[in-house]
This record gives sequence, C-alpha cells and structure tokens, in this order.
Amino acid sequence: MPEDESQNETPPDGTKKPTLPPGYGDDGDESSSEEDTPSGTKKPAGPPASSGDDAGTKKPTLPPGFGDGAGGDGSADGEPALSRKDFQSDQDVRWCPGCGDYAILSAVQRLLPELDAEKAEHVFVSGIGCAGRFPYYMDTYGMHSIHGRAPAIATGLKASRPELQVWIVTGDGDALSIGGNHLIHALRRNVDLQLLLFNNEIYGLTKGQYSPTSERGKVTKSSPYGSIDAPLNPVRVALGADASFVARTMDRDPQHMKAVMEQSYDHDGAAFVEIYQNCNIFNDGAFFEFTEKETKPERALFLDDGAPMTFAEGKKGLRLDGLSLEVIDLENGRFSTSDCLVHDASDEMLAELLGRIFWDEPASNGSAGDQKLPRPFGVIYQEQRPTYEELLHTQIDGITEKKGAGDLDALFRSGETWTVE
Amino acid sequence: MNQTDAEVPSANGQTDTEALPEATVLFAGDSGDGMQLTGSQFTLATAHAQSDLSTLPDYPAEIRAPAGTTYGISGFQVHFGSGNVRTPGDSVDLLVAMNPAAVKVHLGRVERGGTVVVNTNAFNDRGFKLADLDANPLDDGTLDDYRVVEVELSKLTREALSDTDLSTKEVDRSKNMFALGLALWLFSRPMAPALEWIGKKFEDKPALRDANRHVLKKGYHYGETTEQFVTRYDVAPADLEEGTYRAVRGAEALALGLVAASEKSGLGLFYGSYPITPASDILHELSRHKNFGVMTFQAEDEIAAAGSALGASFGGQLGVCATSGPGLALKTETIGLATMTELPMVILDVQRGGPSTGLPTKTEQGDLFQAIYGRNGDAPLPVVAPDGPADCFRAAYDACRLACTYMTPVILLADVYLANGSEPWRIPDAADLPPFEVNFATEPNANGDPESTHVNGKKNGEASFLPYRRDEETLARPWAKPGTEGLEHRVGGLEKEAETGDVSYDPANHQHMTDVRAEKIQCVARDLDPPAVYSAGTGADEGDLLITAWGSTRGAVETAVDRLQGRGTLWPLPPGLEAIFDRFEHHLVPEQNNGQLARLLRDEFLLDFRPYGKVQGQPFTPGEIVEKAEAMIS
Ligand SMILES: Cc1ncc(C[n+]2csc(CCOP(=O)(O)OP(=O)(O)O)c2C)c(N)n1
Ligand code: SF4
Ligand SMILES: [Mg+2]
Repeated sequence: MPEDESQNETPPDGTKKPTLPPGYGDDGDESSSEEDTPSGTKKPAGPPASSGDDAGTKKPTLPPGFGDGAGGDGSADGEPALSRKDFQSDQDVRWCPGCGDYAILSAVQRLLPELDAEKAEHVFVSGIGCAGRFPYYMDTYGMHSIHGRAPAIATGLKASRPELQVWIVTGDGDALSIGGNHLIHALRRNVDLQLLLFNNEIYGLTKGQYSPTSERGKVTKSSPYGSIDAPLNPVRVALGADASFVARTMDRDPQHMKAVMEQSYDHDGAAFVEIYQNCNIFNDGAFFEFTEKETKPERALFLDDGAPMTFAEGKKGLRLDGLSLEVIDLENGRFSTSDCLVHDASDEMLAELLGRIFWDEPASNGSAGDQKLPRPFGVIYQEQRPTYEELLHTQIDGITEKKGAGDLDALFRSGETWTVE
Repeated sequence: MNQTDAEVPSANGQTDTEALPEATVLFAGDSGDGMQLTGSQFTLATAHAQSDLSTLPDYPAEIRAPAGTTYGISGFQVHFGSGNVRTPGDSVDLLVAMNPAAVKVHLGRVERGGTVVVNTNAFNDRGFKLADLDANPLDDGTLDDYRVVEVELSKLTREALSDTDLSTKEVDRSKNMFALGLALWLFSRPMAPALEWIGKKFEDKPALRDANRHVLKKGYHYGETTEQFVTRYDVAPADLEEGTYRAVRGAEALALGLVAASEKSGLGLFYGSYPITPASDILHELSRHKNFGVMTFQAEDEIAAAGSALGASFGGQLGVCATSGPGLALKTETIGLATMTELPMVILDVQRGGPSTGLPTKTEQGDLFQAIYGRNGDAPLPVVAPDGPADCFRAAYDACRLACTYMTPVILLADVYLANGSEPWRIPDAADLPPFEVNFATEPNANGDPESTHVNGKKNGEASFLPYRRDEETLARPWAKPGTEGLEHRVGGLEKEAETGDVSYDPANHQHMTDVRAEKIQCVARDLDPPAVYSAGTGADEGDLLITAWGSTRGAVETAVDRLQGRGTLWPLPPGLEAIFDRFEHHLVPEQNNGQLARLLRDEFLLDFRPYGKVQGQPFTPGEIVEKAEAMIS
C-alpha cells in the first residue's frame, strides 16, 4: 500500500482466482505439518470448527487467500486451542490487492497457533515500509517502529525479556539500506529472533524507487535511465554477518514459507529468512522466474537437509566441479542422483557456494548446456551457537552468584567514605 | 587564597602553619604524567580532612599527545574550603607544574602572589622548545609575581628509588607521587588515604607498591626538611551536614542513581550505549554492577543504543541510554518514537563543546535546545538538569521516576564538568529514597465500546484493553508488558487514535493527541516546587537584578551572589517563575552556550532576559558573573 496512493478499487474476490499465482490461494490451510505440533496444550489440528461467516463479513478488499480460512479450533485436551483467527487483529489490512504481503501474513497467522508459545508471548517488531505495517494486523504484542531500526529495538526487547518470542518484519530497503547496520549486528550477536525480510526489490511504500536489492539497470521512478547501483544479495549479507540461520522462501509457495518459518522459530539464535515477495504495483513479476509454474522447476532449487540437490522434477542436479557448482543432467545417462551434492545446512563452505548463486550467477559449463544455476530455497545454513541473551544472563547470573546479589546501601558506601558527626 | 590572621606555629617549629578558609590547587603536566590520578588522590585526602570541595579535571582529547607540548597538558584542579564550596575555584593558589608547557598553559589561572612548584628537571632547552617558548620562564620575568618553588622532582625521585630494581621508566613514572606528597604536606592533608590506595592498586606488584609509597613519603618529608617553604597551610574541616560521605564524580553518581532507580522500582535496568567521551564513564561504571541485574549493551551506534533501550522499555524494563551531543542527534528519531508510543525511556546527555565533534573533552551547555525542541513534529518531553556532581544521583533517579510515572522519554542534561567533577556526597539510605512504584496493567481496562460494535476486536460488553486510555491525573497511558495475557496491543510511530491506540489519520484526533501529549508533559510541573530565590541568606526576594541559570552553572552563580551581596526539573519550567521574575528589574542569564535559556525565557515570559554566554570549554567562575552583574546594575 503505497503512501497516499489510492488503491481502493474493489479488489478481486475469490472468483478471480485464476489470476492468482500457484500456491497463493487459501487452499493449503491444513498442512500436514500440523500433525507435528508439539504436544503442548494447544492442538490446532482438528475439524474446522469455526463458522464460515468470514467469507461474508470480511472486507472485500481482501484478496483471496487472505480471508479467514477455517483454522482448526478443535482441541484434544479440552483447552480451547487457538486458531489462525485468534491472531488476526481487528484492523483492516490495507496492502494493495494482490500484494504478496497477504500470503506472508496468512502463513504467519497459520503457523502461530501451531507453535509451543502462548499467544501473549509473541511480539512483532517492524520498521517502515509496506512490510512494516505487518504488526498492526497481528493480534499479538507488536511495535511498528521507525525505518530500519527494528533489529535494534528487538535486540533490547529480547535481551531483557528472553522468554518472549520476538519476530522482526522488515523490507529490503528497511533491512538492507537504512537499517543495514542493525541487521548485521543483530545477526552476528545471534539474538534469538526470527527476521522475516520481505524482499520485493523495490521501495513500495514510497511508491517505487529502486532498492538495494534492485538489479542494475532497473528502470524505476528514481532511475528512469536505469539504476547504476550494484544490488546486494541478502543471503550473502546474512552469511557474511555470521547469521546462525539463513533461509530463503517465496510468497507464492505458502507451504514452503510456513515450513521455513517454523524452522526459523525452532532455531535458537538469529534466524534470517529472505522472502521473495511480489509487489504487483511497482515491481510486478520480479521473481516470477522462480515462483511461477512454467519456470519454477528449472529455476528454483528446493534444499532439503540430507537430500541430494536435484531440481526440474528430478531431471537435473547440482554437483561440485572444482570449487564451483555445476548443473548436471540426470537423464542423459552420464550422471545419477548419487553424483549430486547432498545438502548439509551445517556446512559453511557449501552455504558460501549456494549463497553466491545470484543475478550474475555463472553459466554452467556442464552437460546441461548453458543453463544458469537454479536459485536455492530453503534453509541454506544453520549452526548452533550460544544466543546473545543467553550469554548476557549467564554472565549476570555468574557475577551475581560470585559477588552476591547487589545491596544498594553497600554500593553507595563502596570506596572511601568518611563520617561527619 | 584568602588569607586570615590566624597563624598557627607548626609542629616542627620551622615552618609556620597558616589557617585558610579555602584554597585551590592545580596539578598540571603531560597526559602521561599521571596528573588525573594525583589530583584525585589529593581530593581523597582533602575529603578525609573533611573539607567541602569541588574538582575540575581537564584533559586533552588526544590519548597520548606528544610529551611536553602545550596541547598535551592534562590538569586537575581541586578547590576546597571550610565553608560552602560550589565551584572548582576562580583562581589557583598552588600550581604544580611538571614541565614548561604546564606553566605556559595554566599560569593565567594562578592568583598573583600564588605558589608555583616546578619540576626543574623538565626545564631545559628541549622542554622550552616543545612548549614553544623562547626563553626559560623561570628567569625571563614570567614568574616574577609568583612565589616559585623549584624542585628537582625527577632527580629526587630517581635518588629515592636508586636501590630498587625498577626500570628508569617505572621510576620516572612515580614522580607524580613526589608531587602529591609535597602538596599534601603543604596543605596539611593526611597521607593515609593515598598510602592505602597505593596498597590496593599495586596489590600484586609489591615492588611498585613500595616504590610509590616510598616516593610519596619522600615528597611529604621533602616539604618538612627543605627550607624552601616559609609557610604551610591548613584548611579547617567544613561544617558539613551530619552523615556518611564519599567523594563522587558526576558520572558515577549518574550510574548510582540509575541502579537505585532499578532497585527501588523493581524494574530491570537495561542500558544501551555507544562509546562517546564523556558519557562512556557511565557505561564503564554500570557494567561493573551486573550483580544488580544491570544489563549493559554496547550497541553498534547511538540509534541502536536508543532503540534497544526503547525495546527494553516496551518489554517492561527501565530502558536507559547515555551519550553526548552528536549521539543525541542520532537518537532523535527514536526519542520521537518513544514520545509517540508513550513509553518510558531515559536519555542521559553529557554535554560537551559543539557543534559537530566540537570540543570532546570540554564542557558546554549547548544542547538545551536540542533536548527541549530537537525533534520533528511537536514532541514535548521533560528535561532534567543536575546542578552539581553529587546532584547527578538525584537527577538520574528522578528522571527514571518521571519517565515511568508519565510514560514518556526524559532527557537528562549533564555536562563534562558535572560528569568529571567530583564533590562530597552525603550518602542516602536506600530506604529513604523517594518511593518508586510501577504498576503494570494486568487487566483489561474497558468493556467494549458502546458506540461501535467492537473495540480492539472485542464486542460491546466484552472486556478489552485500551492501550491509550489515560490516567486522569498524570494523563499517562497504561504500561502493559508483552507476555501479559489478554492485553495484546500494538504501538508504533503512526498517529494513534485516542483510547484504542489504533492507527488514525483523523485530523481532529491528531489535534487532540498533540494537545494531550503537550498537556501530559505540563502535568510534570505540578509536582515541582516553585524555585527558591537564592539571596545569600539575606532573605531578599525582589530587587534590581535576578540571575537565572540552569544546570552546572548554579555553583558559580550562587558563589557570585554570596560575594555580591533558583533547582529541579528544567522542562517543563517550574511553577511560580513569573511571579519571581516580576519582582526584579533586570535579568541576567549566564549559561555555557550562546543564550539558549535566555531565549527560551524571553519566549515564555516576554521579559528582557540578558544572555551571558560563555563557550570556552571551561565553566564560569563566580568572578566572571560578579563582573557582569555589577556592570548591569551600575
Ligand atoms: C527516516 C526515514 N527515511 C525515509 C522514510 C521513507 N520511507 C518509508 S518506507 C521506505 C522504503 C521502504 O522500502 P522497503 O523497506 O523495501 O519496504 P516496502 O515498502 O517495499 O515493503 C522509505 C524510504 C522514512 N519513513 N523514514
Ligand atoms: S509492496 Fe507493492 S503491492 Fe504490496 S502494498 Fe506495497 S506497493 Fe502495494
Ligand atoms: Mg521493498
């Protein structure tokens, strides 16, 4: 929803579904992952108990896929389980119809009831941008802060309240331009939070200037003759900042998005999740190459820890050629799956190679002809290391144990004192 | 050194001891000469002798400026007396100069007839050249009006330590102890505190410990045995209020005030900070007190320092950050967010010479406008200004209380002089500190909205939480901690609808919210006492001239008033000022900037406030204010 731009025409309703990209619709509600819900008090799985009244009452501005699907309200052990609806605030969602942000919001609202945290423990902190409006739509604690600073605010919050579940929602401009400094420091400190970077390769809210992720040559309002800036590759920025969890997903694949988000939540430490998000107003189709069914199989590589790197419905794979990656054809008899690299998210060198696959990815010289390397999605890198708040409080506890809990009167009187009678 | 008639014969019968009401001593030398340390040890001894005192450390911005140069001079001034001491002293009675450059830089501060102790071993051609002097000040007439005591400090120190195994460098480094010993003897200050301190400092290095103690004593005895001193001085104990005291630097007092606020309120102290002189000392001090649960966070920049503090405040902690002028500029946007989200937050600004990087180690009060007005939009907030190093404790504690009571960011304006200066602090009992209770919201505060079908998603009659429903008295909104069930809400920088806190672009609502934010800050003034007019005990509260000042200028102004014949929160202005101003003909406003308070007062009261700005990196002396005041009323 660009600033003061009126995008208030009646948006498409469900009938326009065909115009929606695959995976964008609402249908993927009950994902199989719900079976894996931790055995906490909340059991979101179950028959859709809520009435379908939403369909009628929801604002017509909502694109399909955003309306309240029936989250399972049933509960096995009597406690009312939370549903997706419990995480929807009463605020009208004001993104442009068709914006990829809806699908991301929907994925989060579906995921949260399945997680092992209380609803009141989730806090969403965002910066400024279209993406930044996210917290207003979540019926959780939240702060819509200032441009680029969400990681700093979230760091103070999480460090001082480690028991909370802190999520950052940010845009490509917010995180990588004005907030680049805070981003890298939150990552290297390994504050336990989930950072969802909505990358639409454009400044949406300010109506369409090129962003630090826009490709060179991009024609926008502020670059009518083409941008001369070299783009940043967010994944490599995160790897370079020593993020302990780096993943990429896409708005048009709700299942994948939700699964990656869940992994980010399960990760102890700073989890960086880049989400390819379509801004259909100012940068429509920026990622269609990876997200649309015609090209997705050839251009997107879905990583699975422990599994060989194959794509194009198993017809192609990636292998190591010296220090480079190479596309191999698994159908011409020369190579088989066993020649493919096996993904190991804990391997930093592999993460380096995967992270380097970007706009200027080299053409492969393998048997698959001149095919470009497919863009990797999923968890690219993950390592376990102590979190910032853990270290902070361990240190405080250790010192307190050693010195004894602070005594104010003793502190006042420390050093040289004298008495006047 | 206002001499009195009382001359007391000294114990050894050789030197007379003269009783003085007050004295000022200045140690000056290379930054590597250990002058700050010498000065603080002299201060400690003086505190033990129960003098009232005030100090002014003054050091160069460079860590190790070239030795012997004028710009590498580091000084430490101590003013002490048996009466009320409020400033580091107008003029110096004893200057201890470790080299020619120190004489060149500081002689101007020495009273005519005052004593100058020089380390003659540094007075050679090399020393003159480094100090850019054409001739030896000891014999070119420069020092004719002063009582000069030439001491071979370096040589005497080397001799004293000739039978130790210490390196020449180590030996030479302890010459400041000789100077200290001599100064202690000259002003009849006890040696015990310094001896004890050396013992602690060199606990693990017995050779250095013994050497330093030995040299200290040598310096002390040198005074006694040499015949260079005709008189020795003493300053009687001051008539201080009963109680236990310690010397406290402003930076330390600020840190203690924050820890006290955290302990009394039960809020965790989260301190975000990016190093900057002179605010770093607060970070250093606080990071030592982790056993009070203090969370210190060295942020990547001041924006993050402020942001992390605000994040902690949103989480229900006491979010504090500290900086100096340039850093305050960076925090501006976050402070605006704190104003909009109405979250408590305390920002300490240790002012230094500006603009830009300015004079990083010199004092100034130039951030007043930045603190009161320096944000986009109408973003009022309370500003608290301590008036002395010890008062920094009170000010930090109050700033935290105000922030939590009124749900607002509060700026505290200290300055280099306050932060680095020290004075005796009458230690309070923790139990006697003003109460500091914080009540978090735990329950919904509304039952839906009768006007509409829902409030925050709740139907009419259903309990709901209105994050912007205000306390009638303080106009503060409730503070609900994340994690509290049922009170989920969102805050943010977009304008908020009254009560619900929903985003609102409604014109009338914005007018209303702007007015309420201003009114809330004005509520702070209700709790303030009208300022008292200081009239040197004469009781006068009307007359020709009223001097109005703020912050650290108080000491100089009160001392000036003593010679010729207003405290608390700075913004909002305390009540009752208008009536006071009306009773005076002329108004003088001395402050260490180019007239910021004067302009603010003119704006508020439409009276002719005469600014008297001093921006030389040094605090006012009472003498300067006397002169200006006399000129105005003559
Ligand atoms: C300090 C500051 N500078 C500039 C802006 C204007 N501004 C708002 S959003 C934005 C860019 C947002 O781009 P991005 O982070 O990619 O978010 P998107 O709108 O694309 O989701 C800018 C420049 C601002 N709000 N604050
Ligand atoms: S990102 Fe683009 S499509 Fe989405 S709300 Fe912003 S301008 Fe509209
Ligand atoms: Mg963007």
